[in-house]
Amino acid sequence: MGRALTASVAPPDTDGGRLGEAARPQTVSLVVENMHCGACIVTVERALRHMAGVRDARVNLSAKRATVTYDAALTGTQPMIDALDREGYRAAESVETASELDSRRADDLLRRLGVAGFAAANVMLLSVSVWAGAVSDMDQTVASLFHWLSALIAMPAIAYAAQPFFRSASSALRVRRLNMDVPISLGITLATAMSLFQTIRGSHQVYLDAAIMLTFFLLIGRLLDEQVRIKARGAVENLIGLKSLTATVVDGDGRVERMPARALVPGMKIQVAAGERIPVDGRVVSGTTDIDESLITGETMPRWAAAGADVHAGTLNMTRAIKIEATATDDNTLLAEIARLMQAAEQGRGQYVRLADRAARVYAPAVHVLGAATFIGWMIAGAGWETALTTAIAVLIITCPCALALAVPAVQVAATSRLFGKGVIVKAADGLERLAEVDTVVFDKTGTLTRGEPVLKNGAEISDETLAAAASLAVASRHPYSVAVARAARDRGLAVVAAPGVLEVPGSGLIAPLAAGELRLGSEEWVSGTDLPSQGQAGSLWFLDAESRRFALRFEDAVRPDASDVVSVLTAAGYEVCLLSGDRPAAVSDVAERAGIAQWWAGVKPDGKIDVIADMKARGKKVLMVGDGLNDAPALAAAHASLSPSTAADISQTAADAVFQGVPLAPVLETMAVARASQRMSLENFGIAIGYNIVFVPLAVAGHVTPLIAALAMSLSSIAVTVNALRLRTRALALAPVRRPT
Amino acid sequence: MSALIWLIPCALALGGLGLAAFLWALNSGQFSDLEGAGWRAIQDDEDADRAEGPRGRPDAR
Repeated sequence: MGRALTASVAPPDTDGGRLGEAARPQTVSLVVENMHCGACIVTVERALRHMAGVRDARVNLSAKRATVTYDAALTGTQPMIDALDREGYRAAESVETASELDSRRADDLLRRLGVAGFAAANVMLLSVSVWAGAVSDMDQTVASLFHWLSALIAMPAIAYAAQPFFRSASSALRVRRLNMDVPISLGITLATAMSLFQTIRGSHQVYLDAAIMLTFFLLIGRLLDEQVRIKARGAVENLIGLKSLTATVVDGDGRVERMPARALVPGMKIQVAAGERIPVDGRVVSGTTDIDESLITGETMPRWAAAGADVHAGTLNMTRAIKIEATATDDNTLLAEIARLMQAAEQGRGQYVRLADRAARVYAPAVHVLGAATFIGWMIAGAGWETALTTAIAVLIITCPCALALAVPAVQVAATSRLFGKGVIVKAADGLERLAEVDTVVFDKTGTLTRGEPVLKNGAEISDETLAAAASLAVASRHPYSVAVARAARDRGLAVVAAPGVLEVPGSGLIAPLAAGELRLGSEEWVSGTDLPSQGQAGSLWFLDAESRRFALRFEDAVRPDASDVVSVLTAAGYEVCLLSGDRPAAVSDVAERAGIAQWWAGVKPDGKIDVIADMKARGKKVLMVGDGLNDAPALAAAHASLSPSTAADISQTAADAVFQGVPLAPVLETMAVARASQRMSLENFGIAIGYNIVFVPLAVAGHVTPLIAALAMSLSSIAVTVNALRLRTRALALAPVRRPT
Repeated sequence: MSALIWLIPCALALGGLGLAAFLWALNSGQFSDLEGAGWRAIQDDEDADRAEGPRGRPDAR
């Protein structure tokens, strides 16, 4: 549906006969994936507004979208995407997605909450006057007037604001199920109807304030829940951004055309500039380059590719423009294959039942039985139907799972905002609950336990002048080793200036012909000038300075500084820790030893990772997968819970329940501790809610609950659970030992 | 008690005013980009001249 919609909104910019028409502005929504800050807003808006034919552009940073109004006769969507691409932003046409529907639903809830809040405030104002009047000199006519006013305010407000509950309850009843919304709807409806009846009769048993407050508190819970969900869904948009790459297609006559990657068919020749992602699986036809495949393989070192070499969609062309021939369509690339594996793996997780729902399954029938029993009991005892019904309603209101419906969302909001402050973004709404149940932690190697980027190992042996000279070449290249050299120089506080006339020779290295002598940085053969075939000694780079001295620069993929600490804390707390990598056994065992992990697998393919995790699941383990590469994405989706660093491939971030930022690995511990604490706190909140019921339900059943007590008890228990939840934001937490079923 | 005749309508009208303001803010998208609004305030505006054309949306600045 989304495809058809966007097609009609943004017609292709073929201009046959179109120029004659009166220019009618069109609007298109673009997903701009890598916007992060205020500077991005300005850059994106300026880039779009400066295009011919664009009338206005407005960025929404929270949604990572740009809404553009333009003349279809003068420009189109593709030129806009290209313009943003030149500024370094990856953009794609937006399709109508679930997250958009979600945010519309949240707006709807907020609107209803506003109305309920207004009504609740006014009705409470009137009710408090009546309660105060009952012990002073308020006469009956004024009390009656106040009741009528309350009814006039509360009834339309309830009819409007409580609709989400009514709708959910009726759809549950239609399939003959009970959910939490059934007793809520029943309580609200009965209380309102009964109160109206009592108001007409001029009696004092009016529960309108309780009914509207109930609606108000429940809407808060519903809104909090929805917001956690929206944050989770928004991340999925990134995946669309990654998949809708633009390709530069060269046809037989050498003409160049830009088209979306999904329109590519096998056999097409595609030009890929340096720095661009390869849009489709294919074979190199001409040119040589280095390809960064870290997204696919988790391997940090770029791969050298010449004519005839296979390249994969989503990998990054680093050094030089190449021409490739597509060998697969968008639907059967490796990327699409991994997305499919991931979807299949996610199915299993869909069956997870959230804590609140599990509580509701027990609670909802109990409430109904209790209400009905009260009514029948009073009827048998010989009270009139009116007293019996009023008492039954009081029971329903008191037991109404208000605190219960607030308990979990309030805890989750407190937990997610605490984690957000520590650089962890929780994406899945039920992610924290699943994280809390974990007893086994599986790490990926490259980019997860390690930093995923090489660092200079023998920096101590190299003088400042040499490093500065090497860095003056290195800044011109995007090769990970060059980046590491430049960073090492900056870390020492050296001024890094690009040497004049630096040239990058793909597959060999960098050269700068200076007056004082030639500088070279690259492979050993390249630096020594012998044209020997590459021995490919991994992990080193050679530098030739102006006086023809040669220096070896050695690199390693450094383990995150606190990796071994984190592993030992996890082990001490009783978690089983493993390492699961696609890399060579030697490299994996080295990292495992440095991080202190005893159990490791090496050379595992993406589907193999799923198998390992499925095997653990079969043994009754709840697995937390921590990984970053595209090759980890299916495993992340298959695991009971998953985390990934913010440097991870987009698709892995999409699959993960939470994403953590920064170099240290400690956020993994923090996330697990907060998840466990929030689980405990949800249970505490249930305890508080049930405690209130234990005190007030007997009173209600016995018929001693006045409308005042009903309204107060309900509000107090709601406030109590919210305040309890807020404690989670500031409490000091440590990772408690894992409970194992004995 | 005669004060109630005008005090209650006053209270309701003020509350209603608040509600109307809230609904207006919600419908005009004031809450749609809570992150971006904060950033915009500290950014230098370089193309203010562009957006003040006849089509510049009122909330575009």
